[in-house]
Amino acid sequence: MKILVTVSESVDVDDDFEVSEMAIDERYLTYDLNEWDDYAIEEAVQIGEEIDDVEVVTVTIGPERTEEVIRQALAKGADRAVRVWDDALEEASVLDPATKARLVAAVAREEEPDLVLTGVQSGDYSFGATGVALAAEMDYEWAAVVNNLDLDAEAGVASVHRELEGGVEELSDVELPAVLTIQTGINDPRYASLRGIRQAQSKPLDVKTLGDVGVDADDLRLSLSLSSLYEPETEGEATLLEGGPDETAGELAELLRERGVDA
Amino acid sequence: MTVLAVAEHRRGELREESLELLTVGRQLADALDSELHAAVVSGDVDQYAEDLNREGVDAIHTVDHGEEFNHDVYTQTIEQLVGAADATMVLTPNSVNGLDWAPALAQRLDWPLVTDAVDMDVSDGLTVTRELYGGKVEGAVEVDSDHAVLTVRGGEWPAAGGTGSATVEPFEPDIDEAAIGSTVTGFQEVGAGDVDITESDVLVAVGRGIEEEENLDIIEELADAMGATVAASRPIVDNGWLPKDRQVGQSGKNVSPDVYLAIGISGAVQHVAGMNGSETIIAVNDDPSAPIFDVADYGIVDDLFEVVPELTEQFSG
Ligand SMILES: Cc1cc2nc3c(=O)[nH]c(=O)nc-3n(C[C@H](O)[C@H](O)[C@H](O)COP(=O)(O)OP(=O)(O)OC[C@H]3O[C@@H](n4cnc5c(N)ncnc54)[C@H](O)[C@@H]3O)c2cc1C
Repeated sequence: MKILVTVSESVDVDDDFEVSEMAIDERYLTYDLNEWDDYAIEEAVQIGEEIDDVEVVTVTIGPERTEEVIRQALAKGADRAVRVWDDALEEASVLDPATKARLVAAVAREEEPDLVLTGVQSGDYSFGATGVALAAEMDYEWAAVVNNLDLDAEAGVASVHRELEGGVEELSDVELPAVLTIQTGINDPRYASLRGIRQAQSKPLDVKTLGDVGVDADDLRLSLSLSSLYEPETEGEATLLEGGPDETAGELAELLRERGVDA
Repeated sequence: MTVLAVAEHRRGELREESLELLTVGRQLADALDSELHAAVVSGDVDQYAEDLNREGVDAIHTVDHGEEFNHDVYTQTIEQLVGAADATMVLTPNSVNGLDWAPALAQRLDWPLVTDAVDMDVSDGLTVTRELYGGKVEGAVEVDSDHAVLTVRGGEWPAAGGTGSATVEPFEPDIDEAAIGSTVTGFQEVGAGDVDITESDVLVAVGRGIEEEENLDIIEELADAMGATVAASRPIVDNGWLPKDRQVGQSGKNVSPDVYLAIGISGAVQHVAGMNGSETIIAVNDDPSAPIFDVADYGIVDDLFEVVPELTEQFSG
């Protein structure tokens, strides 16, 4: 059985930052493995530990910088990785879910996985749509926001819980091949072991251009672009308490007592 | 041309966001010189159609097929309805189910998709406002097409009111049953435990800013001193540091205490959805740009490890 896992970066913005030229300057950004993908990787690796003959392949649409998080995925137990990037993508102000889905699908068509696990969303744009778009692109079945997965590989069915709003879960049976978007909390992602980190260095990481995956740069049809980026004006009128911790805590205690708080 | 608003329901109830869609849908329809149609698929569609018949809705398409949401049925149905109703825009809530079918529809129609819209404008082509980077910045996304599938954030537009005079038109899609590869087998309520945080007047809620499980001690001590109950954001529960029944937010509990003290919580939309009905919201966070300050009444921009022990002291005297 082959499992494809999408791996992307999350972007953390510093407490103090500036927006310029429709982007946040690199120096205010920190990149890490996307939280949701961490759970997707763990889920795939656990399946590989439970049943025989499972290959876990990661796929990333991203520049060379993303190899850092790809190596993290390999260190946690993925077998090999594919990264797709191209100068034509560099120019896009927004990489929309449809485009990402098309590119991942180009890789998936070659790999022919039985199961694709993606994170529910990624950290910068949080579209939350790439996994389901990918399923439609591949003509695979799918389930979004999965927080429990019970795989019957022989029957070719994934029994999942989908986490709906308000503490309700939907129980569904999904026929394979399928794309599942994985929610945080589904498992307990491991830390990479030293041995894992060492092994990751020698695991295959294929880098492909658009041409390599059979996509013509002119056919990208990037339909979304960013026309402005700004710090939102605060809607609320929070009163900020000023001073050192002893002063602010004192003031806050008084406020709380006025509202009836007391042990 | 029409703007098509696809309603959402679950276990016999139309979800409130469906009525908000009608408000933003009407605005779009006016600007585009289009009609506003609503659609409701599965369940007691006649009852839902009655609820959806608000001011400004021109027609309601009812699709009597099955009981509960199934993404294959929704995707197939709406793809056909888009053609039948000459729709150029499809709107649906940015919910877990919305995100389970809208991207598939967009892909099949080959229309652009923009999720989680908080504002939109069509005066010069379609531009959709969204939050980025966990709500720290906002951006306008330009859509290079006359067609789009849009998922709409809840609570950003008021629910449509009044009584409408929409025509109710049953629509019978041609459903390819063989292409339905997922089956809903049931529902399960989660998060019932021994503590009911919705009953507490004062909540001390802790987030990822606490960093380590051991550090939860200072939060427990503060809650004890204040006579409050401890609640949490999702990562604390995902890590297994506190049980699920303490989680506040979209997929946790909806709370409205007299006082909600958020400590080391950024204020992600899914968290805020569960606590913005609180009487007084106070945030302690060392990041002045954290979105939690947008919903807070009072804030302390400082290190929680400095502020929390001081505050505990204030209540232990
Ligand atoms: C489908 C879906 C459903 C979800 N449901 C929920 C839900 O029900 N509830 C929920 O909470 N989330 C939910 N989430 C997750 C949500 O998107 C956020 O990831 C989550 O709320 C973040 O939690 P946090 O604020 O504790 O962590 P972070 O966003 O990491 O914020 C930590 C904050 O702590 C501050 N901080 C760090 N150190 C200190 C310090 N020393 N002193 C003071 N401040 C400090 C930081 O400035 C930061 O603002 C859901 C997500 C999805 C996709």
